[in-house]
Amino acid sequence: MITLSDVSKCFNRGLPSQFTAVDQVSLRIDAGGITVLKGPSGSGKTTLLSLIGCMARPTSGRILLEGVSPPFPCPGENGLDISSLPERFLTEIRRRTFGFIFQQFNLIKGIGVLENIMLPAYPLGEPHAKLRARAIVLLERLRLERHAGSRLDWLSGGELQRVAIARALINDPAVIIADEPTAHLDSRLSLEFMEILSGLAGSGRTVLIASHDPIVYDAPSAARVIEMRDGRITAAQ
Amino acid sequence: MQPSLERHAHLIDFAISSLLRRKGKNLSLLAVYVLIVFVIASLILFVQALRREASLVLTGAPEIVVQRMVAGRHDLIPVSYGADIVSIRGVSEVVPRFWGYYYDPVFGANYTLMVPDQSPPAEGTIVIGPGVARNQRVKSGDLLTFRGASLQPLLLTVGQILPQQSELVATDLITLSAADFQAMFRLPPGTATDLAVKVANPREVATVAAKIAERFPDTRPITRSEILATYDALFDWRSGMMVVILGTAVLCFIICAWDKATGLSAEERREIGILKSIGWETTDVLLLKFWEGTVISLTAFLAGLSLAYAHVFFFSAGLFQHALKGWAVIYPDFRLTPSLDPYQLGILFFLSVVPFVAATIVPSWLAATTDPDSAMRS
Ligand SMILES: Nc1ncnc2c1ncn2[C@@H]1O[C@H](COP(=O)(O)OP(=O)(O)OP(=O)(O)O)[C@@H](O)[C@H]1O
Ligand SMILES: [Mg+2]
Repeated sequence: MITLSDVSKCFNRGLPSQFTAVDQVSLRIDAGGITVLKGPSGSGKTTLLSLIGCMARPTSGRILLEGVSPPFPCPGENGLDISSLPERFLTEIRRRTFGFIFQQFNLIKGIGVLENIMLPAYPLGEPHAKLRARAIVLLERLRLERHAGSRLDWLSGGELQRVAIARALINDPAVIIADEPTAHLDSRLSLEFMEILSGLAGSGRTVLIASHDPIVYDAPSAARVIEMRDGRITAAQ
Repeated sequence: MQPSLERHAHLIDFAISSLLRRKGKNLSLLAVYVLIVFVIASLILFVQALRREASLVLTGAPEIVVQRMVAGRHDLIPVSYGADIVSIRGVSEVVPRFWGYYYDPVFGANYTLMVPDQSPPAEGTIVIGPGVARNQRVKSGDLLTFRGASLQPLLLTVGQILPQQSELVATDLITLSAADFQAMFRLPPGTATDLAVKVANPREVATVAAKIAERFPDTRPITRSEILATYDALFDWRSGMMVVILGTAVLCFIICAWDKATGLSAEERREIGILKSIGWETTDVLLLKFWEGTVISLTAFLAGLSLAYAHVFFFSAGLFQHALKGWAVIYPDFRLTPSLDPYQLGILFFLSVVPFVAATIVPSWLAATTDPDSAMRS
């Protein structure tokens, strides 16, 4: 599904503060199942996720995506090389292929729960009624139907987390990327979160999580755990 | 609907709910904005209406008015000059006019007295402007007392009060018969206040005026276009008062837009980052900001314009009536005829909407071109 070969990400190149956050990483992630990136703080997990998720471009190396059919002509025969695409195309792939769950949830305050969930789909121009219906189905799946009309500010931490998951799912992505998703949750909510994600992985989605929370990487559903240190992969099981 | 239209519909929806989210800030912005548009639009509409009124009045005026000058001052003109002027090529008619001012010491008001060329009131009756009627508290059929030339009181019956529409120019007007006019002022026989000269061909007006000035060195011919020009200068929006008010309003507007342009809050910046991270393109963010700016400035434009319209045409521009028309003792209390000049409104629209939208978009554009991954590290 996703293949990385010799991918590096270097910040502040040419400056005294030059820093290599991801160093020559080669990795293959298959479709379906949960993959967890673990490692100490600063080891490059977030950076690696943002490279895979088309949020930033690698300094060197190639990232191939298979099984995506971009809405523009592309030359690659075995998968799409996203490491050299212009920003517009990257955004296009990102919003159709990836759903993101952030550590801080990154929800927009002051507007409704439903509107937050539909937000990633707005630029795609889907008819409002259809989009709304899909958002409500997602709310029901995440047991949030009670909050369809609520303002975001009234929700508890666990509910916010589930809104964030629903938002990540609105464009029906093949890959879900979550960065430290349990950092703000207690252990009961963390377990519940992993359960939701294993359900999603079971339905064929690829789930990628960066975390140093044992509840995440020791979870039975975490099919694969990759350890990182100083931007390199030190162990993969 | 097409996807691109749906996209706009979604973005407008979200722009409106974004604006409502920062209700306090945006409402105060809108209020200031409406006020500025209101002041500028009121001025434009008011001046426009006054100019229209003035030119309407002048369309019925003679092409040339000939006044006699003595020691640089307006003096009575011998009616006999008229016979000579008629013989000038191009002149179709010369009519002596009788008018003057009457000061009423009791009410402290100045009236304009005039004998109309056509169908003057019958002897003993007068037609008065609405301002006079208000000032003297009289109605049709009442008697008014004037001081005659021989100091005897002159009793005249009010035959009719002029309608409200002609207030601006006729508010202090009294029309009367030639006989009553003589009884009041007793002009020397064979003289008139001035002569109205009718010229059929407008292109000959200047030549005729030059010939009159040449033949009668003691007269001053005033052409209608000169009067129009005087009115124009009086009402011109480049004239002092206008420049001050307009300048202030524009300054307010610039400050307002500048504040908006520099004041992208940390909160707004963060939101732009979030939108980018969940898959919005830079153009989507800009379009959102474009709609936000458009909603605010268009609302302000329409609200300001409607308020100004009501102010000028329903409330007779009450706020600056006195400042701009304080030339008479009797203040006209008039209704201006509604009229809109699309050209000036176009300029107002352009000046009020475009800079504001630009001021909204530019800083957002700077914020939106950052990498989406920065949202992962907030
Ligand atoms: N934009 C940037 N410019 C310079 N250095 C950066 C930038 N982004 C990340 N880094 C550095 O790259 C290194 C890896 O960061 P990254 O966020 O990927 O670590 P992480 O494994 O996610 O850590 P954590 O577990 O604390 O979230 C860090 O040392 C960080 O300071
Ligand atoms: Mg991190």
